[in-house]
Amino acid sequence: MGSQGGFGQSKEFLDLVKSIGETRSKSEEDRIVLHEIETLKRRINEPDTPKRKMKEYIIRLVYIEMLGHDASFGYIHAVKMTHDDSLLLKRTGYLAVTLFLNEDHDLIILIVNTIQKDLKSDNFLVVCAALNACCKLINEETIPAVIQQVVELLAHPKEAVRKKAVMALHSFHQRSPSSVNHLVSNFRKVGALWLYGFSTCVVKLSDNDPGVMGATLCPLYDLITIDVNLYKDLVGSFVNILKQVAERRLPKSYEYHQTPAPFIQIKLLKIMALLGSGDKKSSEQMYTVIGDIMRKSDTVSNIGNAVLFECICCISSIQPSPKLLETAADAIAKFLKSDSHNLRYMGINALGRLIQISPGIAEQHQLAVIDCLEDPDDTLKRKTFELLYKMTKSSNVEVIVDRMIDYMISINDSHYKTETASRCVELAEQFAPSNHWFIQIMNKVFQHAGDLVNPKVAHNLMRLIAEGFGEDDDAADSQLRSSAVESYLKIVDEPKLPSAFLQVICWVLGEYGTADGKYSASYISGKLCDVAEAHSSDDIVKAYAVTALMKVYCFEKAAGRKMSLLPECQSLLEELSASHSSDLQQRAYEFQSILSLDANAIEDIMPLDASCEDIEIDKSLSFLNNYVHNSLEQGAEPYIPENERSGTLNISNIRNHNPYEHPTHSLRFEAYEVPKPAVPTNLPPTLTYPTELVPAPIPEPSYQPTLTSGPVSDADSGSTELRLRLDGVQKKWGKPAYSSAASSSTSNFDSHRTSVNGATQLDNVISKSHEPREPQIEVSEEKQKLAASLFGGRTARSERKQSGGAAGYSKVSRTTNHGDDKVQPTIVTATVQPPPPDLLDLGEPTGPSSSYSSTVDPFTQLEGLLDLSKDDSAVTTTSNGPDLTAVYTTASTNGQNQNPNPLINEKDNMNGAPNPSNRTASLTKGPSLKDALDKDTLVRQMGVNPTSQNPSLFSDLLG
Amino acid sequence: IHFVLSISRQGKVRLTKWYSPYSQKERSKVIRELSGMILTRGPKLCNFVEWRGFKVVYKRYAGLYFCMCINQEDNELEILEIIQYFVETLNRYFGNVCELDLIFHFHKTYYILDEILIAGELQESSQNTVHRLIDAQDSLVEAAKEEENTVSYIIAQVAN
Repeated sequence: MGSQGGFGQSKEFLDLVKSIGETRSKSEEDRIVLHEIETLKRRINEPDTPKRKMKEYIIRLVYIEMLGHDASFGYIHAVKMTHDDSLLLKRTGYLAVTLFLNEDHDLIILIVNTIQKDLKSDNFLVVCAALNACCKLINEETIPAVIQQVVELLAHPKEAVRKKAVMALHSFHQRSPSSVNHLVSNFRKVGALWLYGFSTCVVKLSDNDPGVMGATLCPLYDLITIDVNLYKDLVGSFVNILKQVAERRLPKSYEYHQTPAPFIQIKLLKIMALLGSGDKKSSEQMYTVIGDIMRKSDTVSNIGNAVLFECICCISSIQPSPKLLETAADAIAKFLKSDSHNLRYMGINALGRLIQISPGIAEQHQLAVIDCLEDPDDTLKRKTFELLYKMTKSSNVEVIVDRMIDYMISINDSHYKTETASRCVELAEQFAPSNHWFIQIMNKVFQHAGDLVNPKVAHNLMRLIAEGFGEDDDAADSQLRSSAVESYLKIVDEPKLPSAFLQVICWVLGEYGTADGKYSASYISGKLCDVAEAHSSDDIVKAYAVTALMKVYCFEKAAGRKMSLLPECQSLLEELSASHSSDLQQRAYEFQSILSLDANAIEDIMPLDASCEDIEIDKSLSFLNNYVHNSLEQGAEPYIPENERSGTLNISNIRNHNPYEHPTHSLRFEAYEVPKPAVPTNLPPTLTYPTELVPAPIPEPSYQPTLTSGPVSDADSGSTELRLRLDGVQKKWGKPAYSSAASSSTSNFDSHRTSVNGATQLDNVISKSHEPREPQIEVSEEKQKLAASLFGGRTARSERKQSGGAAGYSKVSRTTNHGDDKVQPTIVTATVQPPPPDLLDLGEPTGPSSSYSSTVDPFTQLEGLLDLSKDDSAVTTTSNGPDLTAVYTTASTNGQNQNPNPLINEKDNMNGAPNPSNRTASLTKGPSLKDALDKDTLVRQMGVNPTSQNPSLFSDLLG
Repeated sequence: IHFVLSISRQGKVRLTKWYSPYSQKERSKVIRELSGMILTRGPKLCNFVEWRGFKVVYKRYAGLYFCMCINQEDNELEILEIIQYFVETLNRYFGNVCELDLIFHFHKTYYILDEILIAGELQESSQNTVHRLIDAQDSLVEAAKEEENTVSYIIAQVAN
């Protein structure tokens, strides 16, 4: 309401807002809004709508749009409104368009011209409005139209304009870095000038407003992210600024909850983190100031902690300094011990960052971490898992992955399920202690999140099972396979298995189901038929199942055992040969034709356990030379490569290049199936080959190359690709890089115990940091065990380290720090209390402070005006104040919201009584009863009665 | 900051400001998802939720939730304080701001937000400056209105 008087809108609009406020269901709300849309559509297009009316319509459109409905019919009117000369309307227009339009909307083009005009305006408020719109609406194409003007505005006398111009350039840069690139130097100049000016307190430059400086940091941050090296020379200036900010040399109005310009501090710390990363020299310049800030920041207020957290981030990003790391660890300890969930979350987050450079610090917080892990707060839990993920190593992988899987099963959000699943897989691949465990974990992951994991994971798993784990130990490999088969046979009957997992199961059962002789072929094929039947809607699974059946049959036959096809298998084949999917059909026919072959031929087609054998590939197809030569002599057309060919395709051409068309069909890739020769299939019999060139039946949905004696480029690309991937896995899989302590959790538990309770003389720090939690240690044996299994490996190591002599030092420095923390804040507030403009004034008399103190500043004049109006309002309010308050003080005893006071109904009498400048008067902060009452009356006058439905509408947000 | 939302405890939208492009459909989906997520959280839990790879920082004031969506690597506490700063600014402008003020003066809330955040970045961290600007705008608007009134008054006089 401010100074505009009352609500400034018509009754109609207030009714709309009110009725929507009173709706109890979404559908009711929708109905009202749709009705409103109809009304507005009609009204807004009426000719000669007065401008003020139009303004209200536009605001109503904004309201509709805010509620999630489409107000696009009125966009054009909002655009028109920006053309208006009156600032009042223009401002509304700009507000509406920035809310309505995205940067790529068609109507933008109609606004650019207005923006151009407004950027030139004498009135700085118009310029500000235009710059606001620039930030949102100017897209890559239209940047050139305004950029020149925006750059000129960087030197505008009003700091508000300069600030917005900087932000506008920043948004241009985000949209299209190239178009602003030639201005980068300009930015640098502005930034550097400012930095220079500020850090030396010499006020020669044009810009000395902290707001502009703060704004300049945003684009600078982006630019530095892109190329750190260009800005290394600014490190000194940044450090200097930060120092001065921390010393409270900025105007007092930038203080927030007694912290000097915290948002600027945070931004600066972010920039320094970038600049100091991996740069020893720059980092060293920062140590002192960061240490100072950490010492000074108060840990009671949120914002102080925000600054502290940013310091930790910065410390973990720059070249590590032992002393700062120590301070950071202390700060983290405070976060973690806090009762506030927010701070614990930040603590976990910070720990996750710091742990990467100083892995030892986690263990002193182990119990806190475990508390967070078991916290009911999902966000905290999730963050803790992220931390655990970062600190996983071979000794604790089992516990962590188990926990992660439990968590994964418990959540529904697919985004995080996917993430957790892929993390489980990654950790399992990296640190698995045994093959058996690995298979178990993969089974669980697939079972519960199979459709969410990357299909590559399934392929990796199959490959791992097929190739073993890189060690030349056939016995272990086959043991692994049979354990895999066994676990799959157990799982396969469960309903609702994800498709990817079923594919793996089918493949493994087909390949290795009968390999160890434990299960009969008919048992396996029975299971496979069940799978195909149970998942009749999933063609891929069916295809895998059929192929697996074929393999089982082939292996049996090749081994010389008698094998009759199960009846359900038979019927499955029949069903599939009539399938709509040509892939399934082909597989079924192939199987049927294999059935008629003898054992020798079958052994050639389906060699046992050949999935890992390398396939030699003759890419030039030299074995066909004879055939080609013959054909050419008989008058066949020579082969024309695809790119030279215009229209007609003959069959042989298709066959020749088809492999290239589908080289990346990774999901269907089964390398071992390619080389098998000799099965009569549904291929055209016209081509006669020497025996070794008999086309292979490959159960692929795509066309298969027929001219193969093995070489297929499909197989080529696929196998190398997959092989590469596997190599990586193998390396990860070898012996763990280091296994620090024994991985049995009980032994770790013991060692941990000694470090916590026993070795006080060694390890004062740890026992001290655990003091508050001491009782819990006794109580929760289980938790402790968990801690030991999570952190155990490291405990042992750190013990060693600390016995090496660091303990004494760290103890001392910590205790002094603690002492400092207690004393410092009082000192700081005592010494730095006086406002520091004089500090800024060191240079010339026309210092920056002039803008704050001298009478030249129009703002201060404005403030003068406000003061006057304050006085006015004081008069007016007293004139009609007493009776109001008298009434309401009695009312308030009954509960002021519900009171059916007769005065409320006298709307007309009261209308306009509450003076607009009441609001300005209320600038004197603090809860004031009279104020609240005034507002209450005002609201009641507008016909909005606080219903019992939602009394909180009236409660002060900050109350 | 990708967007700013303000939702009442009943899940009614009080303010939306989008700094990253979202279609109208996505917007309602976002609001639905987030209100389902945030409104159900208990009072003592932390003020951050992870959502679609972003983080949403929210804070409850009486019956009103203010939410801001940020990137994974941003400083949550800072954003929490930006919310607080925004509400304090509103409080100073409206004088003991309550939800009703925002409902009926959502456009003014937008103007104030525009002075604090621009293109998803904090542009001004001094409350005084923000207030000076907003007051300057208001007084200008006021002046414009008066002028308009007098002009129309004169015209009306002349017409008569």
